[in-house]
Amino acid sequence: MSWGDPPSPQLLPSTCLDRDRLGQQLLNAIFIGSIYALFAVGYTLVFGVLDILNLAHSAVFMFGAAITYSLVINHGQSFWVACAIGIAASALMGLVIEHVCLRPLRRRSAPPIAALISTIGLALIIVAAIEQGQPGAFLSWIWVDGANSVSFPPGTIPNPTWHVAGLTIEASKMAIIPISVALMLVLGYVIRYTQVGRALRAVAENPRAARLMGLDVDRMISLTLVISSALGGLAGILFGVALGDISPYIGRDNVEIRGLAVIVLGGMGSIPGAVVGGYLLGLIEVAALVVLGSNARAGVAFAALFLMLVLRPQGLFGAELREKI
Amino acid sequence: MDFLIQLFTDPLAFWNSHTLLIAQVGINSILASSMFVVLYSGQLSLAAPGFMAIGAYTSVLMELYWHTPLALNIAVGVLLAGGAGVLIGLPVLRLRGVFLAIATIGFIEALRLGVILNLPITGEGLGLKNPHADPLGGINLVLVSVVVTIFLVWRLTKGRLGSAWAAIRQDELAALSQGIHVARYKMIAFILSAVLAGFAGGLEAHLNFFVDPGDSEYGVTRAIQILTFAILGGSGYVLGPVVGALFLTSLPYIFQQAHDYIGVVSGAFLIAVIVFRPQGIVGRGGLALFRPRWWPRRQVRAPSPG
Repeated sequence: MSWGDPPSPQLLPSTCLDRDRLGQQLLNAIFIGSIYALFAVGYTLVFGVLDILNLAHSAVFMFGAAITYSLVINHGQSFWVACAIGIAASALMGLVIEHVCLRPLRRRSAPPIAALISTIGLALIIVAAIEQGQPGAFLSWIWVDGANSVSFPPGTIPNPTWHVAGLTIEASKMAIIPISVALMLVLGYVIRYTQVGRALRAVAENPRAARLMGLDVDRMISLTLVISSALGGLAGILFGVALGDISPYIGRDNVEIRGLAVIVLGGMGSIPGAVVGGYLLGLIEVAALVVLGSNARAGVAFAALFLMLVLRPQGLFGAELREKI
Repeated sequence: MDFLIQLFTDPLAFWNSHTLLIAQVGINSILASSMFVVLYSGQLSLAAPGFMAIGAYTSVLMELYWHTPLALNIAVGVLLAGGAGVLIGLPVLRLRGVFLAIATIGFIEALRLGVILNLPITGEGLGLKNPHADPLGGINLVLVSVVVTIFLVWRLTKGRLGSAWAAIRQDELAALSQGIHVARYKMIAFILSAVLAGFAGGLEAHLNFFVDPGDSEYGVTRAIQILTFAILGGSGYVLGPVVGALFLTSLPYIFQQAHDYIGVVSGAFLIAVIVFRPQGIVGRGGLALFRPRWWPRRQVRAPSPG
């Protein structure tokens, strides 16, 4: 900011803007909640089918955003083509997760905790590899900004902005809400009413029985990871576009642990739960931000997570847990 | 390679040039033992960094404000960590598996982001300077503590307590029907783990001039790192997690040639070990290599839960 700039509207005293700011904050809550929901749906899908927490999911989130950015800025592709390739690359990363981290362990009937460690290993590799993408380096065709945080320069993506009733509405942020809701409805429909969805639910219920019924369990699990990772990558792209923050660490810092909070709030393995949990977490964070200030925001979210687990471990939408002592 | 060559050809020079690394290995070994205790009793708890933070901040603040001796500082830190273990354990230990893990993540992040980063006395996220730290002199204390911790944990797993923990780990319902007070024994394991973590936190704070409330110290990153020590080393034997801590802490030194790509190398190492030895480095059985079609299938045993 140069010295002579007039103060921007955000810097005005907040007293006269209180009601508008509340509206804007509510919009922000819905919009960040959509991203949380989209990310957590992939998380919870894998947990529901495999009973494994896929900790590489946040790395896929970052990967999708990084690939898209790099295609637009460094390779001169149009934004829509870049988006499609970014999502496809994320989906491919889902296959990598399955073949490198999960399938070998499943063959050896290793305990589920082992798969947790192997997905952590893959997340480490992805983040560390992107981090090393500098001009002239081995991976410079994927990413050239090293550990820096970058954003799309204005004008590279269409972003009309409206001012309605004192609220600033940016198309890039607003688009997230219908996209997320539509995708989650489609996914819910597929899982509930189609043949593929029935097969997925059978695998989730009992892999051995599903195999005996003639289902190709390995293929179903691959499909789960492809869907989950494509959603994760898309969430990353939307996050990067709307918040103007793309770096190797966006997954780890913004959604990895919050995604856990979301799927616990909604109920582990439940897709509608993940959607509601995402919006709920967005609301909780914005409420904490408004009431307590920015420092307490993250702490409140985790306190809510802790309380939810203690008071109602099955979450809002989960089935009653059988085990109790 | 220079690192390993020096270790075997010139141990004395190695000791002198890598004292800090050795101390860090010691601290991580105590933390890994703390994780071992909860895993051995069948609980997947990631609360260790929270108890570490309690131990560390208590001992440093007592030193700063009351100038009390180190032993007393650490003792009070350990006591408070154990007390916090009781308070957290009471509501949380009804949960199991991933649910327990996530609840404990909620605890450590609420403590770090909600309390430590907001209290004026803990430096409000800027960290705390600790001018009385003694990075080099603390090494003997650390080594003695490691040996005592490992012996204590080993002794406990061999006694009645250990048998009860093993029974609970294998089948909670069966243990209950045998008259084992499951809730009590789980609580004992949780508190012991909290005490060990608090102790490690106090020791670590004594070795550093700066208490940093970052994610890699008292946050989820640290929790997952400690879990990795235990799982990678093998959580069936007392020495497993210690070996895991030794390996992973010295990994950047062993693979010095990797330079910037150390993250990629450690990730690949992690995957390779867990894929070829799902039971961990220390444990029964050999490498789980790819079996040719004509090789006889091994008898499959029921996987242990958790």
